[in-house]
Amino acid sequence: MNAVLWEASHTAAFRVLQTARKKGKEMATAILGRKLGMTQVWSDDDRLIPVTVIEAGPCVVSQVRTDARDGYRAVQLAFGDVKESRANKPMTGHFAKAGTTPKRFVAEVPMGDGEDVKLGQSVTVDGFEAGQSVHITGTSKGKGFAGVMKRHNFRGGPGGHGSHAHREPGSVGQCATPSRVFRGVRMPGHMGGDTVTIRNVQVVRVDAEQNLMLVKGAVPGGKDSLLTIRLA
Amino acid sequence: MDKIRAIEQQQLRDDLPEFGVGDTVKVMYKVVEGTRERVQPFQGIVIRRHGAGNRETFTVRKLSFAVGVERTFPVHSPKIVGLEVVSRGKVRRSKLYYLRDKVGKAARVKELRH
Repeated sequence: MNAVLWEASHTAAFRVLQTARKKGKEMATAILGRKLGMTQVWSDDDRLIPVTVIEAGPCVVSQVRTDARDGYRAVQLAFGDVKESRANKPMTGHFAKAGTTPKRFVAEVPMGDGEDVKLGQSVTVDGFEAGQSVHITGTSKGKGFAGVMKRHNFRGGPGGHGSHAHREPGSVGQCATPSRVFRGVRMPGHMGGDTVTIRNVQVVRVDAEQNLMLVKGAVPGGKDSLLTIRLA
Repeated sequence: MDKIRAIEQQQLRDDLPEFGVGDTVKVMYKVVEGTRERVQPFQGIVIRRHGAGNRETFTVRKLSFAVGVERTFPVHSPKIVGLEVVSRGKVRRSKLYYLRDKVGKAARVKELRH
């Protein structure tokens, strides 16, 4: 239940993925994961580097999209267990086809021409190794209704000297010509909660035993949020 | 959270002797100069310990040609080759910032007697 379906087939990251495949790199892999939090680790050259710890996988291939049937090629990955009593019958049936128990999250990732993935196959962090670059997609933290200073990095007005316009956006356009505000002018509004992809994140360490992946720097979203990790 | 703790725990060093604020220590620190590696000693009074886990640091203060020099090291840094406690100090606070304003005889820490 509450399956999240993501269509990732037409993004820029997809094209990069395709070129990577053409170059004959190792079979492109993708995996779903859960952000656990951040810490620091010592690198090989004794530098302290900030890392995000991700619990990546194990995932199950719950469906394979083929040219013949769906008109495009993709792999549907499922991640995270859900109580059997909590799963509804359509979801249970869907996962039963792949020979697994119901899962919490479902996401589609593109599949290359040379790739062959079987229904029910499991995907683990084993497919990744330290030193690789990955693209990580997640949902950024929601900031609510935010002003222009926070949302668009405006400077705001003076702090004092009789000014009362401390965090105001200022002018949003001209006067009688054009006598309207142009579309796309940056204004206050809802911020965060967007799908954000961080590209070329370096994998620092992979722990296949614990299904952990450590990547350098921050990734979108709060703790426990769902992430899609794709090979760059 | 526990998995993160475990990662941090793995990196903690337990080979260094226990030391605290007020102690005079000699830190053997690995310095890389181009391709050459050498060990640089830094001896002085520990004036603070800060943070916890693998983020913990300590600051050593010494006088070098009458100029106060302070250096902060991560406690669990692999670059620390060795650490020697030269003497134990008797202090009544956790941060010895007051030493910065003292010179000569006043800038000393009483030695701990057993």
